[in-house]
Amino acid sequence: MSAEAHNEHAAKTLSDHHHDDHHGDDHDHGSFKTYMIGFLLSVVLTAIPFWLVMTETLAPQTTGLIITAFAVVQIVVHMVFFLHMNHKSEGGWNMLALIFTIVIVVIAVAGSVWVMYHLNVNMMPTHEMQSMG
Amino acid sequence: MSHAASLNPDYVDEAGRPIYHPVEEPHHPEGHSTMLGFWIYLMSDCLIFAMLFAVYAVIGANYAAGPAPKDLFDLPLVALNTSMLLLSSITYGFAMLAMVKNRTAQMQIWLAITGVFGLCFLGIELYEFAHLIHLGATPQRSGFLSAFFVLVGTHGLHVTFGCIWLVTLMIQVWRKGLIPANKRRLMCLSLFWHFLDVIWIGVFTFVYLFGMLR
Repeated sequence: MSAEAHNEHAAKTLSDHHHDDHHGDDHDHGSFKTYMIGFLLSVVLTAIPFWLVMTETLAPQTTGLIITAFAVVQIVVHMVFFLHMNHKSEGGWNMLALIFTIVIVVIAVAGSVWVMYHLNVNMMPTHEMQSMG
Repeated sequence: MSHAASLNPDYVDEAGRPIYHPVEEPHHPEGHSTMLGFWIYLMSDCLIFAMLFAVYAVIGANYAAGPAPKDLFDLPLVALNTSMLLLSSITYGFAMLAMVKNRTAQMQIWLAITGVFGLCFLGIELYEFAHLIHLGATPQRSGFLSAFFVLVGTHGLHVTFGCIWLVTLMIQVWRKGLIPANKRRLMCLSLFWHFLDVIWIGVFTFVYLFGMLR
């Protein structure tokens, strides 16, 4: 094979390589349909918690659990339909960074609440401690 | 040569043999790692909000004999604010769909509508803050109000900068057109804008709705 043929081949594989590399403008932009599905789901997932709290239909504890669940589901809906998250974007690094962040967020928020709750209980004024007896 | 084709061409010499120690850095197109880098920035921003949510969770019930959420929050107003942000998310989505099809004018109109919704959100939030301060519910009043103003105010500040960024990009596209660099910037702002909507889900659920349940 001549040197020219080599170069041609190298150039071809190089362009193929960059085409396959998913670094160009081939990000997932979603479609009109996916945006509308995400929007309608978000409207429902927002309206129900507001309605539950404003009408006080259920007991506060039940309402709290339900609206927490709705918030979690709506965050996932936004991640999938608006932020186009999937396990393949940016070679999986997006998802890895997200999982790491969720772990840190859960440790920070749950840990703070847990520690400070115990601090509050243990720092209760003496007369209240005695009345608990 | 068929063997060489299966190898990464950045690591193959002219004869098709693999190179184990590349002398030069492989070439990457400009901006190829921007989206990942921006995503990592958003994750670090997420940690800032996590800290503010944690602070609110810890001291959000310390009213110092001052007003409680039930005395202050106006849920219909919060619902209106939430719908503004949600509508701005979907209109930004439509702008991105127009961008993919290279319809510049259509994209600019959707971006302008997104900006108007963003400004409506900020207007309603500033009205709410002014109303609270008028009632004497200032950030200095109690731990609850300090945490509330910092958390909601930080989110509002993000939306403010998002609006400034949006106008900047509209001018950039108007002057230079939909060049790859501008498309990349619009995709970054798309992530930022939708991310702020995700944070708002946490705010309206855990600050406003839970506040009314207490």
